[in-house]
Amino acid sequence: MTQHGLLIDYEFCTGCHSCEMACKVEKGFKEGEWGIKLAEIGPWKLDEDRWEWDYLPMPTQRCDLCQDRIDAGKVPACVHHCQSLVMEFGPIEELAKKVTKPRMVLYSVQ
Amino acid sequence: MRECFDPNVYKKDWQYQEGDLTVTRTCQWSAPGCHQGCSVLFYTDKDGKLVKIEGDPNSAVTDGRLCMRCLAMVEAVYHPDRIIHPMKRAKEDRGFDKWEQITMDEAYDLVIEMVNDTTEKYGAKSICTGAGTGRNATWQSNVLGHGGFGTPNDNAGLLAGNCCYTPRMQAMNALFGSTFIADCGQLNEKRFDEPEYRRPDLFIIWGNNPVRANADGFYGHWIIDCMRRGSELFVVDPQVTWLSAHAKMFLQVRPGSDAALALAICNVMIEEDLYDHEFVECWCYGFDEFKERVKEYTPAMAAELCWVSEEKIYEAARLIANAGVTTLQWGVAVDQTKWANGTSQAIASVQILTGNIDNPGGFVAIDFGYVQSDIRENVSKQLGPEVRKDRLGDDGNWGALNAIGKGGHAVPEAILHAAETGEPYPVKMLFLCSTTAFTNMAGQARRVYDVYKEMDHVVVCDLFMTPTAMACADLFIPMAMSCERDGVRGWYTPLRSIVKVTQTGEAIGDEQMMLELGKRMNPDLFYWDDVPEMLEFCTNNMATVPIEVSLEELREKVIIYPKFEYNKFRTGKLRFDGELGFNTISGRVELFCNMYNNVGMDPLPYHKEPPESPYSTPELFEQYPLVLTTGRRSWEFFHSEHRQLKSMREFHPDPIFEINPADAEQAGIKEGDWAVLENSHGSCKLRAHLTDTMLKGVVSAEHGWWFPEKDPEEPSLFGLWESNINCLTVQGDFGPSGYGSSYKTQLCKVYKAD
Repeated sequence: MTQHGLLIDYEFCTGCHSCEMACKVEKGFKEGEWGIKLAEIGPWKLDEDRWEWDYLPMPTQRCDLCQDRIDAGKVPACVHHCQSLVMEFGPIEELAKKVTKPRMVLYSVQ
Repeated sequence: MRECFDPNVYKKDWQYQEGDLTVTRTCQWSAPGCHQGCSVLFYTDKDGKLVKIEGDPNSAVTDGRLCMRCLAMVEAVYHPDRIIHPMKRAKEDRGFDKWEQITMDEAYDLVIEMVNDTTEKYGAKSICTGAGTGRNATWQSNVLGHGGFGTPNDNAGLLAGNCCYTPRMQAMNALFGSTFIADCGQLNEKRFDEPEYRRPDLFIIWGNNPVRANADGFYGHWIIDCMRRGSELFVVDPQVTWLSAHAKMFLQVRPGSDAALALAICNVMIEEDLYDHEFVECWCYGFDEFKERVKEYTPAMAAELCWVSEEKIYEAARLIANAGVTTLQWGVAVDQTKWANGTSQAIASVQILTGNIDNPGGFVAIDFGYVQSDIRENVSKQLGPEVRKDRLGDDGNWGALNAIGKGGHAVPEAILHAAETGEPYPVKMLFLCSTTAFTNMAGQARRVYDVYKEMDHVVVCDLFMTPTAMACADLFIPMAMSCERDGVRGWYTPLRSIVKVTQTGEAIGDEQMMLELGKRMNPDLFYWDDVPEMLEFCTNNMATVPIEVSLEELREKVIIYPKFEYNKFRTGKLRFDGELGFNTISGRVELFCNMYNNVGMDPLPYHKEPPESPYSTPELFEQYPLVLTTGRRSWEFFHSEHRQLKSMREFHPDPIFEINPADAEQAGIKEGDWAVLENSHGSCKLRAHLTDTMLKGVVSAEHGWWFPEKDPEEPSLFGLWESNINCLTVQGDFGPSGYGSSYKTQLCKVYKAD
């Protein structure tokens, strides 16, 4: 079976929570239940003028990549609504070809 | 459409079926929600119930994206706290949960009774309408006030000094003769594929965090689209934001010192001959006077005032001047100081010196889509000049620009003064739509509360029982959310439809209520048979929407982009008389402002200290050693909205203030502690977030907090006074123009709460 996953260009993730909320609404998750969760790196001072402050959405074990949506010809709810347009869904072989710049991460989900 | 979307699934029809569900393409423009008007798909079931909302992939406005607040729309529409039937309450029961459900007809009769009572006793001008900020609910109450009640008095929640966008808009009007916005390619349907377009090389992001705020029709993530294509950022903010952390350069300034920084940047650009000579010499007025003024603002002088280093100011000026195409995305911090006019002028001047005016990717003139003011003007015109007569704030006592009638609304401070003193006449009735002043935007909240409590009659039209409604209202009219009403979205490009897809209880659209009440009170003026007919009239008779379109056509097209042109000042398309240049007194961009000069204001940009600051009141500063800035936005809330949504409160349960760890240590405060913020005006309690992103010596506190889960009745009023940051702000400290207030430039001290 082809492995599917999510490619995240986290250089541009602003931490807006749309992925988390879209997932909660799609799956009807309750308080404390997450299909995807943002990790926050920083904000840390690297030196006087530079800061490290990144977000990285991470799919949880509840994530099925929105199988129902895929079957209906759609993309996962998080990919659809990501405000920074940093998320892509697909077979991991295809996604891997798109890792052409630094600060990207590829999740093999299922 | 993005590659990931299947055009067979996401059809371009305005409405289509997907299995058992009907999908409607339209836009969501408040309430609830922000200024933006994002393109959405509303999914309704066979009973007409809203079951889902998603972003519309076929929209070039937002490309299918949606923020967390809109994603929670179904939760908001069917929230158990929502009020969906009209209710009345005896005046003596104000503050107590003793409401009686009535019919909409009874509610209308009651409004008319209140209006007549007030008019007989004091005159119709003693009625004041109010509306929440920048949403699709700001013109209806105003038009009803003018045309139905016969009062010119309206305002937006007693925001002191009208200090949200009005000062910047006014400054642009005075300096440029038009409104200008940052060009992210949003003005054409082809966006980045538009042949004439190119992305900015450098964004000047000054005093705002647009990815969170999406203020004034500007979708913040458009900046991210440009960054992805190579745009860089220069950010000015007291706090390091995500954008600062990803900027080429950022400066952390003391709140209230922005004008000094901007003028020092101009100083360097001129001293080092880094400005655009062609633009300044051919298209600007008053450069010599401007040059003289900025000589006073040396980087050394500004560095001391702004709490940034002198070298950084030189570096900033060189970066901006050499960047190529720059654009300006400025925010409410510019307005929320007493000296909003001087500050707006100063920051605009930085952009002017680069010459990036009305060019692709620059700071571009847009006079399209002021639906709200157009409709107001259309109605006012029909009523003749009498309707504006004696509007509160027009008597010359409320600043130079208010004195010559430049403001679109009554002056908040004049309303407050009239209500308190009866001069020049009393204010006795409030008709409030989607605004909850002393919960949210009114400075000196307790004072405003005291005034509201004394009114003879108060009508609140809203979605939920707010603290304002619980404290003062005699009548509550339940309002429709965006998906429950027909409308038109204007405010810059493009024009968008607002389509009613469902009905909840008796909740009524602002337009519908205005028309039904208006018909009863002034049938000659409100002659339209229904809302679509009225909206069609409005859309086709607007000065700033030169598009002839029926409502049906708009609904079918969903989004209509008018043709956008660049460099209009070079082709005679900016001035009212068709001549080349700008729509100002001199016909040029005015670095020396004739309009300000003519009304006795300083014609040149300037820095002055806030009324209370480390330098203007050193003794007070000893007592209150932190600069307090308020009102920064959160992802989860639009001002005081969304507090009852469990989903949003899971992300953001409590009111937060941010403080530098060094300041926190001095105050004995640890992460997560509840702490009291206090100054000479009042105090409130918020939770501390310690972060070295915050400039040392400054704290930033959230606004708009109330707790729908707490006791609704007096004296609690949903815990309104516990965390109300406007207990620490003021009213009536506007600048010489009549605009500006110190929401972001107060002093305070902080200590651990018991």
